[in-house]
Amino acid sequence: MTITLEPVIHGDRVSLLRVLGPAHVWALGVGIVLVGEFTGWNFAADKGGALAALIVCWLVGLLYTSVAMIDSEVTSTVAAAGGQYAQAKHIVGPLMAFNVALFLVFAYTMLEVSDAILLGDTIVAKAGVEGLTHNSFIAATIVVLAWLNYRGVLMTLNVNFVITAIAYISIVILFFSVSPWTQGAVLKLNELVTPDNALPYGWIGVIAAFQFGIWYYLGIEGTTQAAEEVRSPARSLPYGTMAGMITLLIAAAMTWYVCASMMPWEYLGITYYPLWDAGKLTGSPLLENLLFIATLLAALASANGCINDAARAWFSLGRDRYLPTWFSAVHPKYRTPYRSILFLLPIALAFAFIADLNQAITFSILSGVLQYTFMSINIVMFRKKWPLGSIRRGYTHPFHPLPAIVLFCLCVVTFFAIFLGFGSQLIAMVAFYFLISLWFHFYRYKFVRRGDQFTMPWPKPQGY
Amino acid sequence: MSRYKPPEQSKAGQIFDIVVVVVAIFVALWLPLKLGLAGAAKSIDALDTKTWEALGQNATMASIWEKLGYTPETAHDIIRNRFHYVIDWPTLIIMAAVLIGYFVFLFRASDREYREVINEKFDDK
Repeated sequence: MTITLEPVIHGDRVSLLRVLGPAHVWALGVGIVLVGEFTGWNFAADKGGALAALIVCWLVGLLYTSVAMIDSEVTSTVAAAGGQYAQAKHIVGPLMAFNVALFLVFAYTMLEVSDAILLGDTIVAKAGVEGLTHNSFIAATIVVLAWLNYRGVLMTLNVNFVITAIAYISIVILFFSVSPWTQGAVLKLNELVTPDNALPYGWIGVIAAFQFGIWYYLGIEGTTQAAEEVRSPARSLPYGTMAGMITLLIAAAMTWYVCASMMPWEYLGITYYPLWDAGKLTGSPLLENLLFIATLLAALASANGCINDAARAWFSLGRDRYLPTWFSAVHPKYRTPYRSILFLLPIALAFAFIADLNQAITFSILSGVLQYTFMSINIVMFRKKWPLGSIRRGYTHPFHPLPAIVLFCLCVVTFFAIFLGFGSQLIAMVAFYFLISLWFHFYRYKFVRRGDQFTMPWPKPQGY
Repeated sequence: MSRYKPPEQSKAGQIFDIVVVVVAIFVALWLPLKLGLAGAAKSIDALDTKTWEALGQNATMASIWEKLGYTPETAHDIIRNRFHYVIDWPTLIIMAAVLIGYFVFLFRASDREYREVINEKFDDK
């Protein structure tokens, strides 16, 4: 492949293909997130106990319901690749858009890294061969999925739909196989979650557990990245996102109930494979193997969706000249942002080899929570600058501004939760975002065309 | 209002900016790992007596640990590895100040840039 650095003219560019429907949107959102049921959510039990993991499952579910409601309104109105990036560009301003794109790229790239580590570790654990390391499995996963994304979005998301559905069905099969309506036979919740150990750290443990509670649902907002590739954004994005959120709430509740009823909280809090372990503990080889395969499929689906989303956010930065325009090229045959996909590939590989699973997850969560904080303020500004009736919205979410207030408050609690145990990491990450913002505002922004950034056919915002 | 014409960036300049971004990404993600700033702040509260009872495990819990291949000795470091939630107020205040300062800067600087965008976009019409 020949690499050139000629500036790309917006009007002459090959565009992304509009080939996706609501099922693809569902597959993209749930595919990214479902791996959270197979690993990650259970670290909330480590930070606060089994009951804390359940409480945050509900409260963080509320946070993400707010995210989905807000996102559906804004994205069905600002239907452009880059999702929240495009929203920030039209509603808050270029510097915020630059930061939001970085939040997206970091959240998804580190989630992809987490998925690849999980997949590698799961295979190594299953093989049980001394000296076998996860490195080759990690590299193969990232490279093959990047190739799949390079070849086309429709094929990528068709694959995601199938493997996500299989992984989801495996959770349902496990749930009904352990007779959830009967305690004592397989499930022993009363003996494992007792009044003495339900909240081992008290209520501060519940707050601390918010950090990994985010992992139950992190990435559902990634549905918006497909905005330029869905046939009907106003219909497909809200429908796919809301359906995805309902799917995940059900999966999270089933997962907690089965796992907390089968493992002591101390073990649940540190295992990398809670659902696979649950399958093993049933004593059924069929369930054990099913959950092993489902863990791999969930990790693959998530990494696949993450590559898709991170590349589109990076592509958008190049298209608007926030980064060199070289990144904004679309493949002439496959119509994918191939240079962005290729650029992010070695970064993901590098971090997959130097970070461990819960560090990679924390990096991802931090970027996610920064993004949700932005979203809570963004929707208020959106309604203020373009009140209802002033522009055509694909979807209008109810109860405004309650979801925004709930989201903001829960983000503040989550920042405090990250501080409890991972505070240094939080400060280091925010310091990075601050420094890169200075670089953008005082240097890089001079290469950006001003008026061209606003592409929506809207009237002038109120107050300007 | 006259349209702002951004300077054309040379190939070398584009490459330099790409390098800056890559280095920044690695510093942000790799440095906390290298400096030991990443990861959980946990420590093991060791017990002299390593039995399931001393570790606070009832008969059901002990049987599951054993099914998973653990003994009281091997499970000890998992069960006794705990978070210690002591709020370090100076660090909390620094964290809050960094976060608030970051968002205030983001919104204020973005608003200045946004006004230029809106002025150019709508003054053209």
